[in-house]
Amino acid sequence: MDVTSEAEAGLITSPNWITARMDDLVNWSRANSLWPASFFPACCAIEFMATAASRYDLSRFGMERLAYSPRQADVLICAGRLPFKLAPVLRRIWDQMPQPKWAISVGACASTGGIFDTYAMVQGIDTIIPVDVYVPGCPPRPEGILYGILLLQKKIKGETFLDPALRVEQLTDEQGMFLPPAIVDEISEPFGNSVHQTRSA
Amino acid sequence: MNGATPHPSVASLQAQFGAAIGRTLVSCGDTIVVVARERSHDILQWLQHTPTEAYDYLTDLTAVEYRDRERPLEVVYQLWSLSRKVSLRVKVELPKDQPLEVNTVTDLWRAADWLEREVYDMFGVTFRGHPDLRRILMWDTYAEGYPLRKDFPLRGRFSRAEQIRQVLAGAPEANYSLEELSIAEAYKSVPADMRQRLERQGRPQGVE
Repeated sequence: MDVTSEAEAGLITSPNWITARMDDLVNWSRANSLWPASFFPACCAIEFMATAASRYDLSRFGMERLAYSPRQADVLICAGRLPFKLAPVLRRIWDQMPQPKWAISVGACASTGGIFDTYAMVQGIDTIIPVDVYVPGCPPRPEGILYGILLLQKKIKGETFLDPALRVEQLTDEQGMFLPPAIVDEISEPFGNSVHQTRSA
Repeated sequence: MNGATPHPSVASLQAQFGAAIGRTLVSCGDTIVVVARERSHDILQWLQHTPTEAYDYLTDLTAVEYRDRERPLEVVYQLWSLSRKVSLRVKVELPKDQPLEVNTVTDLWRAADWLEREVYDMFGVTFRGHPDLRRILMWDTYAEGYPLRKDFPLRGRFSRAEQIRQVLAGAPEANYSLEELSIAEAYKSVPADMRQRLERQGRPQGVE
């Protein structure tokens, strides 16, 4: 069928056609329909609840549905400190999420361990799972969490689904680690005030 | 308030148990009685059962280690009488040159079960006769020691990488009993020693 006959058939003049780059289209739909898997071990979750409630209204950004099943989620939001005992649980939830998936670390404790530089606390969830956006604060305001989500949307819109490395699953090795031990130690290094904490034998 | 009126239980304890009652003191209005380790169960049982004492409620059971290394570790029983509305704090001293052991009080107060597990988990005190003495806050395979002891480094004994490695290598299900899991299928994936412990306690075994 040539162009003239298509026009005669009403296909080209039809309003049901759009043209766009595939990346733009895919990223547009991905970024604007993020379904968060909520992993809320502590008090930053309260701020997230405020973010999701009517005043700040998370659904304006396509996060209408909080997925409480990791298998139907795109973005894992960890809001709160992560104790070592909960670390394998977070890792398992992350492994259960299908690609494409992203992670947001909300608050000082999820991002760095925060004030909990102790025997019981993971020093940043990026030692357990890969993290895309860190939201600082103790706890961050809902505006901060929204800003983190908007940053993630911006990041998603800059991706290309032709990049083969982007959506590769970063699995743990047989030791259970997904980062080399030296990197984990470096990330977990004390900083700021906790450098001077020497309450050890 | 300090020592205004002597606590009546102190005199009756001294009359009943004599030398097994050690020093007594009043701190911030609370009366503290230090009792001999070997008689601790008898004394607590007497405090619970005797109608004139009737300390029927175990408010808390915990332990203290002091910075002074010579001072013994103390197991603390905070008692309350619901009927008489009187409280009493009983302490048992555990010298550090001997094994940290004391008799369980789970047969007197069921509430002591998890509290004694917590003291075991955090301080390494063994409660003789406890029905299910295993860690409660840290996971079963935790190998760094007892976190609330004074010689325990704040950040733990292992490097952060080693801590992450150990915790990610363990199965999360292994931390819980079958009742806590409520999925009997996990029975097959828990470590062998935990399986044996579950069998010993007559817990339901996995469904086929």
